[in-house]
Amino acid sequence: MVEASKLKSLPPVQKMRGPYISVITNHKINLTIRGVVLFSIGVFLALVLNLLQVQRNVTLFPPDVIASIFSSAWWVPPCIGTASAVIGLMYPCIDRHLGEPHKFKREWSSVMRCVAVFVGINHASAKVDFANNMQLSLTLAALSIGLWWTFDRSRSGFGLGLGIAFFATLVTQLLVYKGVFQYTSPDFLYVRSWLPCIFFAGGITMGNIGRQLAMYECKVVQEKAHED
Amino acid sequence: MLLSQLIYYERSLDTPWIPPLEPPAYPNGCQVTPRMTLSDRLHQKISGAFYQHGLLCTSYPVPIIFFTAVCILACCYPLLKLPLPGTVPEEYTTAVRDYSPPPSDPQAPQRDPSDRPDWYVGPPVAYIQQVLVKAVVSPWDQSLIPVDIFRSPLAQVFQLVEEIRNHVHRDSTGSHSLEELCLQVTDLLSGLKKMQSQLPEHGCLLVSPGNFWQNERERFDSDADIIRTVHQHESKGLHTSATVKDLLFGVPGKYSGLSLYNRKRVVSYTITIALQSYHARFLSSLHSRLKQLHPSVNCSLRRDQMVHVHFKEEIGIAELIPLVTTYIILFAYIYFSTRKIDMVKSKWGLALAAVVTVLSSLLMSVGLCTLFGLTPTLNGGEIFPYLVVVIGLENVLVLTKSVVSTPVDLEVKLRIAQGLSNESWSIMKNMATELCIVLIGYFTLVPAIQEFCLFAVVGLVSDFFLQMLFFTTVLSIDIRRMELTDLNRCFPAEACLAPPKPSPLRPREAHQQQYKRLRPVTPYTITLQPSSFRNLTLPKRLRVIYFLARTRLAQRIIMAGTVIWIGILVYTDPAGLRTYLSAQVSEQSPLGKSGGLPPLSVFPVGDPESTLTVLPHPEPTPLLENQSQDQQRPPWASQRDQPPGPDNTPEISWIPPDEETWRRLSFRHWPSLFSYYNITLAKRYISILPVIPVSFYLSAQDAVEARHPQDTQRFHSHFPAFDMQAEQAPEPPGKTLSQPDFTLYKAAALGLVAGVILVLLLFCLYRVLCPRNYGQNGVSHGRRRGRGELPCDDYGYSPPISEISPLLLSGHHMDIECLAGDGMLLVSCCLARQIRVWDTQTGDCLTVIPDPGLRQSSSGVWERQERWEPEPEEEGLEAGVGGYPLRRRLLPSRPALFGDQPDLTPLIDTNFSEQPTCLGHANEGARGGFHFRGLLERAYEEHGATAPNIQGYSPSPAPCSPCRRHSQGDEPLCGPNPRPASCLPAVPGDWDSSVWALELQGSLIAAGRSSGKLELWDALEGCLHCSNEEGKSGITALVFLNNRIVAARLSGSLDFFTVDINKPMNLLQYQGTPNRGSMPPSPCYSSDDVICCQLTHSVQCAHQKPITVLRAAAGRVVTGSQDHTVRVYRLEDSCCLFTLQGHSGGITAVYIDQTMVLASGGQDGVICLWDALTGSRVSHMYGHQGDVTSLICTTSCVISSGLDDLICVLDRSTGIKLYSIQQEVGCGASLGVISESILVTGGQGCVSFWDLSYGDLLQTVYLGKSNEGQGVRQLRVLDNAAIVCDFGSELSLVYVPSVLEKLD
Repeated sequence: MVEASKLKSLPPVQKMRGPYISVITNHKINLTIRGVVLFSIGVFLALVLNLLQVQRNVTLFPPDVIASIFSSAWWVPPCIGTASAVIGLMYPCIDRHLGEPHKFKREWSSVMRCVAVFVGINHASAKVDFANNMQLSLTLAALSIGLWWTFDRSRSGFGLGLGIAFFATLVTQLLVYKGVFQYTSPDFLYVRSWLPCIFFAGGITMGNIGRQLAMYECKVVQEKAHED
Repeated sequence: MLLSQLIYYERSLDTPWIPPLEPPAYPNGCQVTPRMTLSDRLHQKISGAFYQHGLLCTSYPVPIIFFTAVCILACCYPLLKLPLPGTVPEEYTTAVRDYSPPPSDPQAPQRDPSDRPDWYVGPPVAYIQQVLVKAVVSPWDQSLIPVDIFRSPLAQVFQLVEEIRNHVHRDSTGSHSLEELCLQVTDLLSGLKKMQSQLPEHGCLLVSPGNFWQNERERFDSDADIIRTVHQHESKGLHTSATVKDLLFGVPGKYSGLSLYNRKRVVSYTITIALQSYHARFLSSLHSRLKQLHPSVNCSLRRDQMVHVHFKEEIGIAELIPLVTTYIILFAYIYFSTRKIDMVKSKWGLALAAVVTVLSSLLMSVGLCTLFGLTPTLNGGEIFPYLVVVIGLENVLVLTKSVVSTPVDLEVKLRIAQGLSNESWSIMKNMATELCIVLIGYFTLVPAIQEFCLFAVVGLVSDFFLQMLFFTTVLSIDIRRMELTDLNRCFPAEACLAPPKPSPLRPREAHQQQYKRLRPVTPYTITLQPSSFRNLTLPKRLRVIYFLARTRLAQRIIMAGTVIWIGILVYTDPAGLRTYLSAQVSEQSPLGKSGGLPPLSVFPVGDPESTLTVLPHPEPTPLLENQSQDQQRPPWASQRDQPPGPDNTPEISWIPPDEETWRRLSFRHWPSLFSYYNITLAKRYISILPVIPVSFYLSAQDAVEARHPQDTQRFHSHFPAFDMQAEQAPEPPGKTLSQPDFTLYKAAALGLVAGVILVLLLFCLYRVLCPRNYGQNGVSHGRRRGRGELPCDDYGYSPPISEISPLLLSGHHMDIECLAGDGMLLVSCCLARQIRVWDTQTGDCLTVIPDPGLRQSSSGVWERQERWEPEPEEEGLEAGVGGYPLRRRLLPSRPALFGDQPDLTPLIDTNFSEQPTCLGHANEGARGGFHFRGLLERAYEEHGATAPNIQGYSPSPAPCSPCRRHSQGDEPLCGPNPRPASCLPAVPGDWDSSVWALELQGSLIAAGRSSGKLELWDALEGCLHCSNEEGKSGITALVFLNNRIVAARLSGSLDFFTVDINKPMNLLQYQGTPNRGSMPPSPCYSSDDVICCQLTHSVQCAHQKPITVLRAAAGRVVTGSQDHTVRVYRLEDSCCLFTLQGHSGGITAVYIDQTMVLASGGQDGVICLWDALTGSRVSHMYGHQGDVTSLICTTSCVISSGLDDLICVLDRSTGIKLYSIQQEVGCGASLGVISESILVTGGQGCVSFWDLSYGDLLQTVYLGKSNEGQGVRQLRVLDNAAIVCDFGSELSLVYVPSVLEKLD
């Protein structure tokens, strides 16, 4: 439901004028490809990171190793995948509408670094023993903002990240409240207090990937427009 | 040496380390503030320090690298003390006697620090007591069936378990039962419901094979198929963890003897008891009780040692997945980082150096931390990727970028120093930021994060150290290597950088000298780098194949994966390596035969406590064995007289490995057993007590009685011809026996599947990450507008500009119409019929034909021009004597008077040599278009003075006469013909008709005019040698080869002329301008020579329709015409050799070169390749939608451009289209190839260089500042690899950027 509302809020695909119908199809195909790539990245990260959270106490071979990979409910990875696709498409879109193309560190190695740091933040949240939840949350918040500063530095990115964090935490709250799932030790209104930080970092990361993917399309569109 | 170095430094202080390329932090003008702020001063100091450091590194590369290596090794030395990572459990053996659990306080008595491991602290998780049962049906009866081997022995377990459970030890302290001492377990893990029936719950952890039948004899008796029951929980795949059977039996499957094909007929199993606390007397009483009940003869097992096994934290697959993910991300990061390294000698070498830098800085940080007493407690493998990511490869890349973007012509030292100082500020700033972030992390006061931060800080510092010393030095070596390779290859572009020296020689002689200096250059070759990271733009299948073949990725990955896998298997599987080693050891010792013959001990089994001393070499004499057997032989054994054969009386033998039968189990046996009850053994230990041996000898009768009724039946149905003696009978593929084989097959199949999946995955990854239409999209980044937006990369560097600035040759007043040139001279003709000769090295205009000084006597055209002349000249003088390039860049490209003139160039077809599709066509195309008259009138009115001359100028009475017609000079002009200045009193030049074709050889210019006149001019003197007016039809194309000139006329006729030179006496002989280096030297013409040009042969009807193209090479003249045919003539005797038919449209492009490659393209878009020797068609390709406008062949491919503004690159042998490049409108025909590997195309105001083999855009050179509409329409590649192209009314001379030559 979250995703659906986000989809609606997604601005309509900008139509290219001019006689080249191929541009439009190209644009749409491109959008689809980007969406699929983002979706799969999201699903993959969801599986892996969920595994990190789940296995916190499991150090030895559980009987069903493979089953533990899919230990979460079936709906979690698709939801996260959809959300990441939406976020990843939304970032370049907002950049375009604001008219300030994101030019900071536009390269794949930087994106990879960003993803690695994101996984590291998750790792820290799952594996490092903190004295109390406050400390954990504060640390993760600092890490997330550091992530934004290191790899994004755009105001739109920060705002969108905050929005995503708020929205996603709200949704999680609702889900837990409805009893869909629950946290082992909730410390912040049914959920963990570090959840917004993770969502924020995730939003930044997916936005980073999405922007990088969108760069290819930008090139094509620019070229076509130029030819017009 | 040192002194000179110092002097050098002193001198280098003068050189600016405030670099010419000011860092982007300072916009223009900001840095000239008189008072410097603190940060500025700091900035400058840092820059200075880095500059010095760069010089130092370049000066002493070897000592510095040596020093760095020593540093790394020294810092890594403490790492030797660290234990190797691994998950194999550690063991520690203590004596059973006087055993007491170690104190739980680690600080307490460290009596034996030497051999007591750190983990041996506190009580163990459990004491494991195993009762090893060996049972045999003896003697074996012929009537028995295989099931009897194990059915009755197994049945004994129930009774034994009962005995153990009910054993009670009574002494002074009271009575102890097993229930009190054993490890009480609760529920199984929730995911193990299916094992609920097998494993005990809510009680003692006591497992035995009886658990298969819930410890009930009745169930066992009624079980028809024991083997199936036992194997029912066997997993189908590979056995990575212990199976239920192993857990319950306590011995590995193949030792249990639970098989129909058990030859030894001994069944062994254990009853495993996990004890909570150690009670020595209870255990000894249990031992003696069991021994009393079931005496084990000849058992010599040692009972004096207990083994503590410590388990490490094990990385399961579930944990491995996130780890692997992080490593994949890490490698992707490294890959994407290192692929950005460019423009260096050895890309791989530098990438390796970068990785080495990062890795050794990590090792150094760990080593240093260990040295200062901080032992790493974190899991190294887990934090390693994050550390690498934090430290990063960025600095290394930034350094490389910075250094390679310094001017190439500087010395290596200065380049390195300047590159370093350019980036010094950002490097320092980044490092300070990172250190700050890490320090903030340190104050989170979370131990794990603190430790991570500590490592990161030390890593960052050591990384900085290594970058500065190691990587910089490696980079300097690399750059120097590149320089060395350049020295071997003299590159001609240098000539244009050198300031033109005033020479006392006559200009031509000076030129010839220059020319001679350049001539010894070997045929100009540019080899591209082995672009391993380039994206192919070939067809997809080829691309994939090339990619795979080039990198051998699949093989390498599969190979590496296999090696790693095998290594892991060997390393982690104690059953593998260890048993192999122990087998080796036991084979070497003479007594260690474990083939079944028991090395027996003389000691009768007595009190367990008293047999603690064991001889190191028990002497197994057969005599003793017999004795003991005789003594202990059970009564039923004596009933048989026959000697104990291997078949009939199976023996129970106790061999030393039986002491520690648990060693044969998987090392995951205990952890998995405990993990079922949610008890982890990670970082804890268990104590394994000496095994209690129990032997059962069962009679055949017992066995028969224990049989299940179905056993016999099934046996007979399965093995109707079962013969116990048939030992050699081929064994049916039994489930148990053939399991290892199956495992092998499964492993192989799995490996294969994994490899295939890996390849597919990599392929997908490659496809995802690489854009699809790279070649076509690539145009986009080449087409930026204006100079201000030169392509720059992510670090703000643009490619070095100094080398690629084009030389603008301005002087013409109207658009360039014809171009010709060789390596030395360049001739151009504009629409105003002015011919200019340029020096291609310096860009000087050498000659103007006609001489502008003659204006007074000439027509109004020249007067007009004279008035235009002074403006640029004065401006140029103001700009100083800095040379033409500078001056010309300052100049506007055309007089300001005509600034508002619309650009008509797309409408006017100026390229006569390429597309003389005929006069009428051109007229039609231009009719109704723009015309100059009004404009000129306005200009003249502004100038005022010479208004009457307008009539003289204005050729056409009609106000709307098309400009095109005017320029062709169709209308008669009034006024006398101008006379050339200093020339012979020969024929005056024809100024009325425009020049349609130009050719240059040596210093002779052949000009074909629209009036059909052929003129020969001296290029340097500017005088007319001779002219020929025999033909009346306009000359559309000219070829000047050796001493022959071939002219194609509009009428379709072909004229062959011979140039005769009567040399007076002293010849200036020089090597001519060989096309492609293999032409005979052409003579040098001097102005003193008497040159005449005779028509030797004229082919009147060479073609039915106008000849459109004319090319000549290798003694052949090729003409293409509108009549769809190509004709090949011999140059010497003008004999027509072949008429090539095959096109379905007019011929628009023809190519022939020295190797007799003949290609033609027509209006039908078809490209034909012909064999010029036989006249046969070699191949036939469809390339374009419209006309083929130009064609070039290289040894491997055919490049064509068409009216559809596409440039197609086709494979020459197969005719497959490799890729195509989208050109801008109207620039399609401008095309050239340099040295077979670089394609040059013209665009809107720029020239682009492409890598021919991959279709990548190498570089785009912008010709002017803001010439939007000026497209490059003609483009010639001169013999010295310069490119000349028309650029409106200017010519642009672009030397191939030396960056391209740097690539290797």
